[in-house]
Amino acid sequence: MEFFLIFLGAVLVNNFVLVQFLGLCPLMGVSKQVETSVGMGMAVTFVMTVAAAVSWLIEHYILVPFEIEFLQTVAFILVIASMVQLVEMFLNKMSPSLYRSLGIFLPLITTNCAIMGMALLMVQEQYTFIQSVIFGIGAGVGFTIALVLLAGLREELDYADVPVPLKGAGIAFIIAGLLSVAFTGFGGLV
Amino acid sequence: MSTTVISLISMGALGAVFAVGLAIASKKFHVEVDPLVESLEEALPGINCGACGFAGCRAFAEGLAQGKAAPDGCPVGGVETAKAVAEILGVEATAKQRRVAQVLCKGGEEQSASRAEFVGPQDCRIAHLTQSGSKGCIYGCIGCGTCVESCRFDAMAMNDNRLPVVYEDNCTACGACVRVCPRNINVLVDERQGVHIRCRSLAKAKQTRQVCSVGCIACRRCEKECPVDAITVTDNLARIDYDKCINCRRCVKVCPMGTIDEQEGKPVIKKQRAS
Repeated sequence: MEFFLIFLGAVLVNNFVLVQFLGLCPLMGVSKQVETSVGMGMAVTFVMTVAAAVSWLIEHYILVPFEIEFLQTVAFILVIASMVQLVEMFLNKMSPSLYRSLGIFLPLITTNCAIMGMALLMVQEQYTFIQSVIFGIGAGVGFTIALVLLAGLREELDYADVPVPLKGAGIAFIIAGLLSVAFTGFGGLV
Repeated sequence: MSTTVISLISMGALGAVFAVGLAIASKKFHVEVDPLVESLEEALPGINCGACGFAGCRAFAEGLAQGKAAPDGCPVGGVETAKAVAEILGVEATAKQRRVAQVLCKGGEEQSASRAEFVGPQDCRIAHLTQSGSKGCIYGCIGCGTCVESCRFDAMAMNDNRLPVVYEDNCTACGACVRVCPRNINVLVDERQGVHIRCRSLAKAKQTRQVCSVGCIACRRCEKECPVDAITVTDNLARIDYDKCINCRRCVKVCPMGTIDEQEGKPVIKKQRAS
Protein backbone atom coordinates (compact mmCIF):
# COMPACT_ATOMS: atom_id res chain seq x y z
CA MET A 1 0.00 0.00 0.00
CA GLU A 2 2.85 2.34 0.84
CA PHE A 3 4.49 1.73 -2.57
CA PHE A 4 1.17 2.26 -4.30
CA LEU A 5 0.73 5.60 -2.54
CA ILE A 6 4.19 6.76 -3.59
CA PHE A 7 3.46 5.70 -7.16
CA LEU A 8 0.05 7.38 -7.26
CA GLY A 9 1.47 10.46 -5.62
CA ALA A 10 4.13 10.81 -8.27
CA VAL A 11 1.76 10.08 -11.16
CA LEU A 12 -1.26 12.19 -10.26
CA VAL A 13 -1.07 14.29 -7.11
CA ASN A 14 2.41 15.68 -7.60
CA ASN A 15 2.53 15.19 -11.35
CA PHE A 16 5.94 16.53 -12.32
CA VAL A 17 4.75 18.42 -15.36
CA LEU A 18 1.24 19.58 -14.64
CA VAL A 19 1.46 20.21 -10.91
CA GLN A 20 5.14 20.91 -10.24
CA PHE A 21 5.79 22.50 -13.67
CA LEU A 22 9.06 20.69 -14.27
CA GLY A 23 10.21 19.68 -17.74
CA LEU A 24 8.00 21.99 -19.78
CA CYS A 25 10.37 22.13 -22.74
CA PRO A 26 9.59 18.65 -24.09
CA LEU A 27 5.94 19.11 -23.07
CA MET A 28 5.60 21.79 -25.75
CA GLY A 29 8.18 20.39 -28.15
CA VAL A 30 7.17 16.76 -28.50
CA SER A 31 3.43 16.90 -27.95
CA LYS A 32 2.36 17.26 -31.56
CA GLN A 33 1.76 13.57 -32.25
CA VAL A 34 0.57 10.89 -29.85
CA GLU A 35 3.01 8.36 -31.31
CA THR A 36 6.09 10.51 -30.75
CA SER A 37 4.92 11.59 -27.33
CA VAL A 38 4.54 7.96 -26.26
CA GLY A 39 8.11 7.33 -27.43
CA MET A 40 9.36 10.36 -25.56
CA GLY A 41 7.42 9.29 -22.47
CA MET A 42 8.97 5.83 -22.57
CA ALA A 43 12.47 7.29 -22.96
CA VAL A 44 11.95 9.66 -20.03
CA THR A 45 10.41 6.90 -17.90
CA PHE A 46 13.38 4.66 -18.56
CA VAL A 47 15.89 7.39 -17.77
CA MET A 48 13.98 8.36 -14.61
CA THR A 49 13.73 4.79 -13.32
CA VAL A 50 17.38 3.96 -13.89
CA ALA A 51 18.50 7.39 -12.70
CA ALA A 52 16.48 6.93 -9.49
CA ALA A 53 18.09 3.58 -8.79
CA VAL A 54 21.66 4.61 -9.62
CA SER A 55 21.34 7.98 -7.93
CA TRP A 56 20.11 6.30 -4.75
CA LEU A 57 23.08 3.94 -4.78
CA ILE A 58 25.50 6.80 -5.37
CA GLU A 59 23.88 8.92 -2.69
CA HIS A 60 23.93 6.21 -0.03
CA TYR A 61 27.15 4.36 -0.85
CA ILE A 62 29.42 7.13 -2.10
CA LEU A 63 28.19 10.62 -1.24
CA VAL A 64 26.99 10.02 2.36
CA PRO A 65 29.80 7.69 3.58
CA PHE A 66 32.51 10.01 2.21
CA GLU A 67 30.62 13.10 3.37
CA ILE A 68 30.69 14.72 -0.04
CA GLU A 69 26.97 15.42 -0.39
CA PHE A 70 27.77 18.80 -1.89
CA LEU A 71 28.66 16.92 -5.09
CA GLN A 72 25.08 15.61 -5.32
CA THR A 73 24.13 17.72 -8.34
CA VAL A 74 27.28 16.86 -10.25
CA ALA A 75 26.96 13.16 -9.58
CA PHE A 76 23.27 13.04 -10.50
CA ILE A 77 23.82 14.96 -13.72
CA LEU A 78 26.55 12.47 -14.60
CA VAL A 79 24.11 9.60 -14.11
CA ILE A 80 21.34 11.27 -16.09
CA ALA A 81 23.59 12.26 -18.98
CA SER A 82 24.98 8.73 -19.24
CA MET A 83 21.51 7.21 -19.21
CA VAL A 84 20.32 9.59 -21.92
CA GLN A 85 23.32 8.67 -24.06
CA LEU A 86 22.43 5.03 -23.61
CA VAL A 87 18.80 5.61 -24.59
CA GLU A 88 19.91 7.62 -27.60
CA MET A 89 22.13 4.85 -28.89
CA PHE A 90 19.46 2.26 -28.21
CA LEU A 91 16.76 4.22 -30.07
CA ASN A 92 19.03 5.00 -33.01
CA LYS A 93 19.57 1.27 -33.40
CA MET A 94 16.09 -0.02 -32.63
CA SER A 95 13.77 2.68 -33.95
CA PRO A 96 15.46 5.19 -36.26
CA SER A 97 12.12 6.79 -37.17
CA LEU A 98 11.33 7.55 -33.53
CA TYR A 99 14.93 8.71 -33.07
CA ARG A 100 14.51 11.22 -35.87
CA SER A 101 11.06 12.43 -34.86
CA LEU A 102 12.30 13.10 -31.32
CA GLY A 103 15.23 14.98 -32.81
CA ILE A 104 16.95 17.43 -30.49
CA PHE A 105 14.52 16.67 -27.65
CA LEU A 106 16.10 13.28 -27.05
CA PRO A 107 19.55 14.54 -26.02
CA LEU A 108 17.77 17.39 -24.26
CA ILE A 109 16.33 14.89 -21.76
CA THR A 110 19.75 15.37 -20.13
CA THR A 111 18.81 18.87 -19.13
CA ASN A 112 15.20 18.03 -18.39
CA CYS A 113 14.67 19.43 -14.92
CA ALA A 114 11.94 16.86 -14.21
CA ILE A 115 14.57 14.13 -13.96
CA MET A 116 16.99 16.15 -11.88
CA GLY A 117 14.05 17.24 -9.71
CA MET A 118 13.02 13.63 -9.26
CA ALA A 119 16.52 12.63 -8.10
CA LEU A 120 16.77 15.53 -5.64
CA LEU A 121 13.24 15.00 -4.29
CA MET A 122 13.97 11.32 -3.79
CA VAL A 123 16.89 12.20 -1.50
CA GLN A 124 14.89 14.91 0.26
CA GLU A 125 12.05 12.50 1.04
CA GLN A 126 14.56 9.94 2.39
CA TYR A 127 13.10 7.07 0.41
CA THR A 128 14.50 3.54 0.59
CA PHE A 129 15.93 1.94 -2.55
CA ILE A 130 12.69 0.24 -3.63
CA GLN A 131 10.66 3.34 -2.79
CA SER A 132 13.03 5.42 -4.92
CA VAL A 133 12.65 3.14 -7.92
CA ILE A 134 8.85 3.20 -7.56
CA PHE A 135 9.01 6.97 -7.25
CA GLY A 136 11.12 7.12 -10.44
CA ILE A 137 8.68 4.94 -12.37
CA GLY A 138 5.76 6.98 -11.07
CA ALA A 139 7.38 10.25 -12.09
CA GLY A 140 8.08 8.86 -15.56
CA VAL A 141 4.54 7.54 -15.98
CA GLY A 142 3.16 10.87 -14.80
CA PHE A 143 5.30 12.67 -17.37
CA THR A 144 4.11 10.28 -20.09
CA ILE A 145 0.46 10.78 -19.13
CA ALA A 146 0.79 14.55 -19.29
CA LEU A 147 2.58 14.39 -22.64
CA VAL A 148 0.16 11.93 -24.23
CA LEU A 149 -2.89 13.82 -22.95
CA LEU A 150 -1.64 17.05 -24.45
CA ALA A 151 -0.59 15.36 -27.70
CA GLY A 152 -4.03 13.79 -28.07
CA LEU A 153 -5.71 17.15 -27.60
CA ARG A 154 -3.32 18.87 -29.99
CA GLU A 155 -3.95 16.23 -32.66
CA GLU A 156 -7.67 16.97 -32.45
CA LEU A 157 -6.89 20.67 -32.70
CA ASP A 158 -5.67 20.20 -36.27
CA TYR A 159 -9.31 20.02 -37.28
CA ALA A 160 -10.42 22.94 -35.15
CA ASP A 161 -10.65 26.51 -36.35
CA VAL A 162 -8.04 28.07 -34.09
CA PRO A 163 -7.57 31.84 -34.43
CA VAL A 164 -4.33 32.48 -36.31
CA PRO A 165 -2.52 34.38 -33.51
CA LEU A 166 -3.08 31.42 -31.16
CA LYS A 167 -2.09 28.67 -33.57
CA GLY A 168 0.71 26.35 -32.50
CA ALA A 169 2.36 27.04 -29.18
CA GLY A 170 -0.23 29.61 -28.05
CA ILE A 171 -3.19 27.27 -27.92
CA ALA A 172 -0.95 24.46 -26.60
CA PHE A 173 -0.05 26.57 -23.59
CA ILE A 174 -3.70 27.32 -22.93
CA ILE A 175 -4.54 23.61 -23.07
CA ALA A 176 -1.60 22.77 -20.81
CA GLY A 177 -2.86 25.34 -18.35
CA LEU A 178 -6.35 23.83 -18.36
CA LEU A 179 -4.88 20.35 -17.92
CA SER A 180 -2.88 21.65 -15.01
CA VAL A 181 -6.03 23.09 -13.42
CA ALA A 182 -7.68 19.70 -13.85
CA PHE A 183 -4.75 17.95 -12.19
CA THR A 184 -4.91 20.14 -9.12
CA GLY A 185 -8.19 18.30 -8.51
CA PHE A 186 -6.09 15.31 -7.43
CA GLY A 187 -4.61 17.33 -4.58
CA GLY A 188 -5.31 15.73 -1.19
CA LEU A 189 -5.88 12.31 -2.75
CA VAL A 190 -2.83 10.82 -1.05
CA MET B 1 42.21 12.15 3.35
CA SER B 2 41.03 15.59 2.56
CA THR B 3 37.61 16.20 1.06
CA THR B 4 39.18 17.50 -2.13
CA VAL B 5 41.02 14.28 -2.83
CA ILE B 6 37.99 12.14 -2.02
CA SER B 7 35.81 14.27 -4.25
CA LEU B 8 38.23 14.05 -7.13
CA ILE B 9 38.71 10.30 -6.81
CA SER B 10 35.03 9.45 -6.36
CA MET B 11 33.80 11.64 -9.22
CA GLY B 12 36.64 10.49 -11.45
CA ALA B 13 35.85 6.86 -10.70
CA LEU B 14 32.14 7.38 -11.34
CA GLY B 15 32.89 9.09 -14.64
CA ALA B 16 35.23 6.29 -15.66
CA VAL B 17 32.64 3.61 -14.84
CA PHE B 18 29.98 5.36 -16.92
CA ALA B 19 32.45 5.99 -19.73
CA VAL B 20 33.33 2.31 -19.96
CA GLY B 21 29.62 1.40 -19.88
CA LEU B 22 28.82 3.83 -22.66
CA ALA B 23 31.78 2.69 -24.74
CA ILE B 24 30.55 -0.90 -24.57
CA ALA B 25 27.01 0.21 -25.38
CA SER B 26 28.13 2.26 -28.38
CA LYS B 27 29.88 -0.80 -29.81
CA LYS B 28 26.78 -2.89 -29.28
CA PHE B 29 24.32 -0.37 -30.70
CA HIS B 30 26.53 0.76 -33.56
CA VAL B 31 24.54 1.92 -36.59
CA GLU B 32 25.89 1.90 -40.12
CA VAL B 33 25.22 5.27 -41.71
CA ASP B 34 24.80 5.22 -45.47
CA PRO B 35 27.76 7.28 -46.79
CA LEU B 36 25.64 8.11 -49.84
CA VAL B 37 23.11 9.99 -47.71
CA GLU B 38 25.92 11.90 -46.01
CA SER B 39 27.48 13.06 -49.26
CA LEU B 40 24.07 13.93 -50.72
CA GLU B 41 23.22 16.00 -47.69
CA GLU B 42 26.43 17.95 -48.10
CA ALA B 43 25.55 18.77 -51.70
CA LEU B 44 22.19 20.25 -50.65
CA PRO B 45 21.74 23.85 -49.46
CA GLY B 46 21.08 22.68 -45.91
CA ILE B 47 18.54 25.32 -44.95
CA ASN B 48 15.73 22.81 -44.29
CA CYS B 49 13.04 24.94 -45.93
CA GLY B 50 10.93 21.95 -46.93
CA ALA B 51 10.19 23.26 -50.42
CA CYS B 52 11.06 19.86 -51.86
CA GLY B 53 8.17 18.27 -50.00
CA PHE B 54 10.42 16.39 -47.56
CA ALA B 55 10.98 17.24 -43.91
CA GLY B 56 14.29 19.01 -44.36
CA CYS B 57 17.45 18.41 -46.35
CA ARG B 58 18.34 15.21 -44.49
CA ALA B 59 15.00 13.59 -45.34
CA PHE B 60 15.36 14.71 -48.94
CA ALA B 61 18.85 13.18 -49.11
CA GLU B 62 17.45 9.90 -47.79
CA GLY B 63 14.64 10.09 -50.33
CA LEU B 64 17.22 10.59 -53.06
CA ALA B 65 19.26 7.62 -51.87
CA GLN B 66 16.15 5.42 -51.87
CA GLY B 67 15.05 6.69 -55.26
CA LYS B 68 11.90 8.33 -53.88
CA ALA B 69 12.98 11.86 -54.82
CA ALA B 70 14.04 13.30 -58.15
CA PRO B 71 17.59 14.73 -58.39
CA ASP B 72 16.16 18.08 -59.47
CA GLY B 73 13.68 18.13 -56.59
CA CYS B 74 15.41 20.93 -54.70
CA PRO B 75 14.03 24.23 -55.98
CA VAL B 76 16.36 26.31 -53.84
CA GLY B 77 19.61 24.79 -55.06
CA GLY B 78 18.44 24.97 -58.64
CA VAL B 79 20.43 23.65 -61.55
CA GLU B 80 23.77 23.53 -59.75
CA THR B 81 22.50 21.39 -56.89
CA ALA B 82 20.63 19.15 -59.32
CA LYS B 83 23.90 18.60 -61.20
CA ALA B 84 25.87 17.88 -58.03
CA VAL B 85 23.20 15.46 -56.80
CA ALA B 86 22.95 13.74 -60.17
CA GLU B 87 26.72 13.32 -60.19
CA ILE B 88 26.73 11.67 -56.76
CA LEU B 89 23.87 9.40 -57.75
CA GLY B 90 25.47 8.67 -61.12
CA VAL B 91 22.43 9.64 -63.15
CA GLU B 92 21.87 12.10 -65.97
CA ALA B 93 21.12 15.62 -64.75
CA THR B 94 17.80 16.91 -65.96
CA ALA B 95 17.72 20.66 -65.74
CA LYS B 96 14.34 21.81 -64.58
CA GLN B 97 13.10 25.15 -65.79
CA ARG B 98 13.65 27.70 -63.05
CA ARG B 99 10.56 29.27 -61.58
CA VAL B 100 10.12 32.59 -59.82
CA ALA B 101 7.35 34.12 -57.76
CA GLN B 102 4.93 36.57 -59.36
CA VAL B 103 2.67 38.95 -57.49
CA LEU B 104 -0.80 38.83 -59.00
CA CYS B 105 -2.12 42.19 -57.82
CA LYS B 106 -1.47 45.66 -59.14
CA GLY B 107 -3.77 47.56 -56.83
CA GLY B 108 -1.60 49.30 -54.31
CA GLU B 109 -2.60 52.24 -52.17
CA GLU B 110 -2.91 54.54 -55.21
CA GLN B 111 -5.13 52.25 -57.24
CA SER B 112 -7.33 50.74 -54.57
CA ALA B 113 -8.53 53.00 -51.77
CA SER B 114 -9.02 51.82 -48.23
CA ARG B 115 -12.54 51.39 -46.94
CA ALA B 116 -11.54 51.37 -43.30
CA GLU B 117 -8.56 51.69 -41.04
CA PHE B 118 -7.00 48.53 -39.70
CA VAL B 119 -5.50 48.86 -36.26
CA GLY B 120 -3.66 45.81 -35.09
CA PRO B 121 -0.58 43.71 -35.75
CA GLN B 122 0.72 44.48 -39.23
CA ASP B 123 0.36 40.95 -40.50
CA CYS B 124 -1.68 40.19 -43.62
CA ARG B 125 -3.07 37.00 -42.11
CA ILE B 126 -4.44 38.86 -39.11
CA ALA B 127 -5.73 41.74 -41.24
CA HIS B 128 -7.40 39.25 -43.56
CA LEU B 129 -9.26 37.63 -40.68
CA THR B 130 -10.38 41.03 -39.42
CA GLN B 131 -13.30 41.82 -41.70
CA SER B 132 -11.17 40.92 -44.75
CA GLY B 133 -8.75 43.74 -44.14
CA SER B 134 -9.03 47.45 -44.71
CA LYS B 135 -8.54 47.59 -48.46
CA GLY B 136 -11.48 48.27 -50.77
CA CYS B 137 -10.81 45.13 -52.76
CA ILE B 138 -11.27 42.00 -50.67
CA TYR B 139 -9.31 39.88 -53.16
CA GLY B 140 -6.23 42.05 -53.58
CA CYS B 141 -2.96 42.47 -51.75
CA ILE B 142 -3.41 43.70 -48.19
CA GLY B 143 0.04 45.25 -48.18
CA CYS B 144 1.32 44.43 -44.69
CA GLY B 145 4.34 42.72 -46.18
CA THR B 146 3.94 39.30 -44.57
CA CYS B 147 5.25 37.67 -47.75
CA VAL B 148 8.32 39.91 -47.64
CA GLU B 149 8.96 38.80 -44.06
CA SER B 150 8.53 35.17 -45.04
CA CYS B 151 11.16 35.41 -47.77
CA ARG B 152 14.46 33.99 -46.57
CA PHE B 153 16.41 34.93 -49.67
CA ASP B 154 15.99 38.73 -49.84
CA ALA B 155 13.99 38.29 -53.00
CA MET B 156 11.03 40.46 -52.00
CA ALA B 157 10.45 44.01 -50.85
CA MET B 158 7.50 46.36 -50.42
CA ASN B 159 7.41 49.33 -52.79
CA ASP B 160 6.11 52.82 -52.01
CA ASN B 161 2.70 51.77 -53.24
CA ARG B 162 2.49 49.06 -50.55
CA LEU B 163 2.78 46.25 -53.01
CA PRO B 164 5.40 43.50 -52.86
CA VAL B 165 7.93 43.28 -55.66
CA VAL B 166 9.98 40.20 -56.48
CA TYR B 167 13.68 40.38 -57.23
CA GLU B 168 13.72 37.50 -59.61
CA ASP B 169 17.49 37.03 -59.49
CA ASN B 170 17.26 36.13 -55.81
CA CYS B 171 14.04 34.13 -55.96
CA THR B 172 14.51 30.40 -55.41
CA ALA B 173 10.88 29.37 -55.84
CA CYS B 174 10.84 27.96 -52.31
CA GLY B 175 7.16 28.87 -52.14
CA ALA B 176 7.23 30.47 -48.69
CA CYS B 177 5.48 33.65 -49.92
CA VAL B 178 2.92 31.56 -51.80
CA ARG B 179 1.97 29.64 -48.68
CA VAL B 180 1.93 32.59 -46.31
CA CYS B 181 -0.36 34.86 -48.36
CA PRO B 182 -3.93 34.63 -47.06
CA ARG B 183 -5.28 35.72 -50.44
CA ASN B 184 -3.12 33.59 -52.73
CA ILE B 185 -1.71 36.63 -54.51
CA ASN B 186 1.70 35.06 -55.10
CA VAL B 187 2.25 32.25 -57.56
CA LEU B 188 5.29 30.42 -58.87
CA VAL B 189 5.74 30.77 -62.61
CA ASP B 190 8.33 29.68 -65.17
CA GLU B 191 10.90 32.47 -65.21
CA ARG B 192 10.63 32.87 -68.99
CA GLN B 193 6.99 33.96 -68.78
CA GLY B 194 6.80 37.74 -69.06
CA VAL B 195 3.07 38.47 -69.35
CA HIS B 196 0.95 38.35 -66.23
CA ILE B 197 -2.66 39.19 -65.44
CA ARG B 198 -2.07 40.89 -62.13
CA CYS B 199 -5.48 40.58 -60.56
CA ARG B 200 -7.23 38.04 -58.35
CA SER B 201 -10.61 39.73 -58.04
CA LEU B 202 -13.63 37.50 -58.50
CA ALA B 203 -16.01 40.42 -58.01
CA LYS B 204 -18.30 41.56 -60.81
CA ALA B 205 -17.02 44.28 -63.15
CA LYS B 206 -18.98 47.05 -61.48
CA GLN B 207 -17.76 46.22 -58.00
CA THR B 208 -14.18 45.82 -59.19
CA ARG B 209 -14.29 49.23 -60.88
CA GLN B 210 -15.58 50.81 -57.69
CA VAL B 211 -12.71 49.59 -55.54
CA CYS B 212 -9.75 49.44 -57.91
CA SER B 213 -8.57 51.31 -60.99
CA VAL B 214 -6.48 48.44 -62.34
CA GLY B 215 -8.66 45.40 -61.59
CA CYS B 216 -9.79 42.86 -64.14
CA ILE B 217 -13.36 43.57 -65.28
CA ALA B 218 -13.65 40.38 -67.31
CA CYS B 219 -14.31 42.21 -70.58
CA ARG B 220 -12.92 39.25 -72.53
CA ARG B 221 -10.93 41.40 -74.93
CA CYS B 222 -7.71 39.63 -74.03
CA GLU B 223 -9.41 36.29 -74.41
CA LYS B 224 -10.45 37.14 -77.96
CA GLU B 225 -7.10 38.71 -78.82
CA CYS B 226 -4.91 35.84 -77.67
CA PRO B 227 -3.56 33.91 -80.68
CA VAL B 228 -2.81 30.76 -78.71
CA ASP B 229 -5.96 30.56 -76.54
CA ALA B 230 -3.91 30.96 -73.41
CA ILE B 231 -6.39 33.29 -71.68
CA THR B 232 -9.77 32.23 -70.37
CA VAL B 233 -12.26 34.28 -68.41
CA THR B 234 -14.01 32.43 -65.61
CA ASP B 235 -15.67 33.73 -62.44
CA ASN B 236 -15.28 37.37 -63.55
CA LEU B 237 -11.53 37.01 -63.87
CA ALA B 238 -9.20 36.51 -66.83
CA ARG B 239 -6.59 33.83 -66.17
CA ILE B 240 -3.52 32.99 -68.16
CA ASP B 241 -2.43 29.45 -68.97
CA TYR B 242 1.35 29.69 -68.72
CA ASP B 243 1.78 26.42 -70.55
CA LYS B 244 0.35 28.08 -73.64
CA CYS B 245 1.35 31.73 -73.31
CA ILE B 246 4.15 32.73 -75.70
CA ASN B 247 4.77 36.30 -74.44
CA CYS B 248 3.36 37.89 -77.62
CA ARG B 249 2.04 40.81 -75.54
CA ARG B 250 -1.03 41.40 -77.70
CA CYS B 251 -3.29 41.14 -74.66
CA VAL B 252 -1.28 43.83 -72.90
CA LYS B 253 -2.20 46.33 -75.59
CA VAL B 254 -5.94 45.62 -75.62
CA CYS B 255 -6.51 45.55 -71.86
CA PRO B 256 -8.61 48.63 -71.03
CA MET B 257 -7.73 48.59 -67.34
CA GLY B 258 -4.00 48.02 -67.63
CA THR B 259 -4.32 44.89 -65.51
CA ILE B 260 -2.08 42.84 -67.75
CA ASP B 261 1.57 43.47 -67.15
CA GLU B 262 4.56 42.81 -69.34
CA GLN B 263 8.06 42.35 -68.04
CA GLU B 264 11.04 43.58 -69.96
CA GLY B 265 13.81 41.27 -70.99
CA LYS B 266 11.53 38.30 -71.51
CA PRO B 267 11.27 37.66 -75.26
CA VAL B 268 8.65 35.73 -77.19
CA ILE B 269 8.95 32.02 -76.55
CA LYS B 270 8.48 29.41 -79.22
CA LYS B 271 6.19 26.71 -77.94
CA GLN B 272 4.52 23.78 -79.54
CA ARG B 273 0.85 24.44 -79.58
CA ALA B 274 -1.12 22.05 -77.52
CA SER B 275 -3.56 20.38 -79.83
